[in-house]
Amino acid sequence: MSASRWRQAMNRDANSALRQGTSVSKAAGSHAAKHAGAQAQPSYEWMRDTITTVGIRHVAIMLFVLSFPLLVSPFLAFQIGAQSLIFGLIALSLTFLGGYGGMVSLAQMTVAGIAGYAVAILGASGSPEISLNWPWWVALIFALAIATACSVLIGFLSVRTEGIYTIMITVAIGAAFYYLVLQNYSVFNGFQGFQKVYPPKLFGVDWRSPLPFYYLSLALALAGYFFVKHLIRTPFGIALQGTRDNARRMNSLGFNVTAHRLAAYAVSGFIAAVGGVMLVWYNGLITPGSVNTGWLINILVIAVLGGMKHPIGAFLGAIIFILLQTFAIDLINRERFNLVIGGVFLAIVLFSPDGLLGLWARMKARLLPKLSIKTTVR
Amino acid sequence: MKTNKRILARTLVGAAIAIACMPMGFAQSGATVKIGLLATLEGPFAAGGADGMRGAELAVKQRNGVVAGRKIEIIKASSNAQPDVAVNATRKLVEQDKVDIMVGPLSGGEGVAVKDYSKTQPNITFINGSSGAQAATLVNPSPNFFRFNTDGSQWMMGLGKAAMAKGYKRTMIIAEDYSFPYSQVQGFMTEYCKLGGKVPLKAWVPLGGKDYSSVIARIPKDVDALLIVLGGSDAVNFLNQYEASGGDKPLMGGSITVSQDVLNYRGKRRDSLVGTLSGAPYADALDTPEWKAFVADYQKNFTVASGAYPSPSLFAWSYYLNMKAALDGLAAVNGDLSGGQAKYRDTLSKMVLKSPTGDVRLDANRQAIGTSFVVEVSKDAQGNLFNKVLSRSDNVDQMLGLKKEEFVIGTRDAPNCP
Repeated sequence: MSASRWRQAMNRDANSALRQGTSVSKAAGSHAAKHAGAQAQPSYEWMRDTITTVGIRHVAIMLFVLSFPLLVSPFLAFQIGAQSLIFGLIALSLTFLGGYGGMVSLAQMTVAGIAGYAVAILGASGSPEISLNWPWWVALIFALAIATACSVLIGFLSVRTEGIYTIMITVAIGAAFYYLVLQNYSVFNGFQGFQKVYPPKLFGVDWRSPLPFYYLSLALALAGYFFVKHLIRTPFGIALQGTRDNARRMNSLGFNVTAHRLAAYAVSGFIAAVGGVMLVWYNGLITPGSVNTGWLINILVIAVLGGMKHPIGAFLGAIIFILLQTFAIDLINRERFNLVIGGVFLAIVLFSPDGLLGLWARMKARLLPKLSIKTTVR
Repeated sequence: MKTNKRILARTLVGAAIAIACMPMGFAQSGATVKIGLLATLEGPFAAGGADGMRGAELAVKQRNGVVAGRKIEIIKASSNAQPDVAVNATRKLVEQDKVDIMVGPLSGGEGVAVKDYSKTQPNITFINGSSGAQAATLVNPSPNFFRFNTDGSQWMMGLGKAAMAKGYKRTMIIAEDYSFPYSQVQGFMTEYCKLGGKVPLKAWVPLGGKDYSSVIARIPKDVDALLIVLGGSDAVNFLNQYEASGGDKPLMGGSITVSQDVLNYRGKRRDSLVGTLSGAPYADALDTPEWKAFVADYQKNFTVASGAYPSPSLFAWSYYLNMKAALDGLAAVNGDLSGGQAKYRDTLSKMVLKSPTGDVRLDANRQAIGTSFVVEVSKDAQGNLFNKVLSRSDNVDQMLGLKKEEFVIGTRDAPNCP
């Protein structure tokens, strides 16, 4: 069966699921398939579909994120807004890999860290004896390429494993990279890492001042979001979801499962690399502490917190995570604030295994039981 | 109707998010002076960070929380000894909580990062907590970053001389691999090498290392002593393993190696610590009325039962000093922080701070010039270990009395005298 035939079959399944559909999650699952089906039609239908899909909430959210830095203090725009978008982007790479490829890799922060370190080492930093001081755009291209290549390499090592073994291999790689950068002084400058790694001053704009940096983060986050959203409806994305659901069947249908998974690693590696470069520009520095096991797991926490069934989950999770990290200390006894963070995470995962998205879906189902089917058909 | 309901629900959720994101109100600094206090309440220095907070609180308590008629409000924040976390926490205090004065952070790398950040906030005064890396005030100093504690290399002043007097002509150094131990080693070697001492081998070990057997195996037979610049659990692990391997070289310690938390550990090697030399900015058994009053005040306010140490730690001492400087300066300008705090900063940089260990002045880089001690670990009648004073050097400056051309900032490789 060819890929397009298979897609049509998926579409039929989805439609039949809709007809009998009572469970929200089932309907939500067919969402992607429905769009994929629509996309196979001539292009004007796809456009019409897009226009009808855009609802009030999409416009409202778009207006909100665009005007957010103008309404609030520079601090909130920079530390909450931009930081959430950056961590959302890194978590998005995991959502794509885990949610659509079925491969939960804990090495996404490592890939981001590789990109960050590459920018610091190839470009300019506060350690001129190590940094090569290449022009920023050359350093940037190489950083993204190196990180993507490393992600493919990580994928190559872990792609034949499943479930918990993928997690173990990627954690091992992440921990190994942490100790490498911690103890290597000739290239990675050890414990102290690199200071003063700033974005270039382009078009007379200081891209690290809150407003420009927020819009830069927003542009990249939106690009990443729509890219993933588009990619999961392409034949590649559908096939990838097939390998997630049943790798053996996909294999027998003639799909090269390993190749699809490696490609997914490359895509997610690139997204994480962009996030990693933004992160090092945000902090202005990179140290081994940025890629320690704590942060490897934090990325998973962000992705799970938001929900891995939709790309937006990564950003929702990041917003909650950053808000808690920043403000939990105001809520409770200063020395116990980690308790609040842990408690909220536990509560979300306990009451909604699908994260915030699952919570949202369930709330919607309870408030508007009859509309739930209609909205997904749209 | 249903659509209306849906929109209503969404509006409510949106409004809730918007309210949650709103700045928590722009408090005007009328009568109250807000001081941000940053220390590590997480990570490897969590215990030290908590004690640092106690030191800072003590300074506020001594003034009953009021300076020149203005109430002092302390807003605390925490980091985990990582520079990026420290900058995020500082940024929140400065830009969100709108503090007037910032006190912190605790550790070396954090100090350098916060100093870099302070340049972007020229109207706020930053005062160090207890970070002791030379680079914070020596390399690209920031006009609004002040440090009233002496740095890691100043603390070691006099130790080289004391080591030579004991007959330690060749010393091996075992130190953690980051900026603060670099400063400590530089402070020791600058003096030691000048007097003819030799350091044939320096072993840099990672922070938080557990296994020191390979380092112990590398200790040359012909060295007279070891200088151990390891903190907290690293020091305890090393001492136990050195004991187990039958090591018997005399020891010298860095300032955080012979502090109360290490001296109070239980192990066989403990007694052999007696006689260990070290350099420090204070000594447990310092015999001046000011120091005794400070210790008594600390013990009165913070009991051992509540988690405090029997005697203030290095962190409590340093945070106390810097917070006291912030408040003394505020009193000197009569609470006037107007005009971008220019008058306040001017006063701070000219002030002579009366500290429990002697007078502290600032140099042109706003770095403290103060007193350092050479201390020796001793055992009291109850069997507790404490540091007794061997010698003191007053007015130690950041250049360690050297000319600018002679001075080299401490790194892994410098200074060098094999």
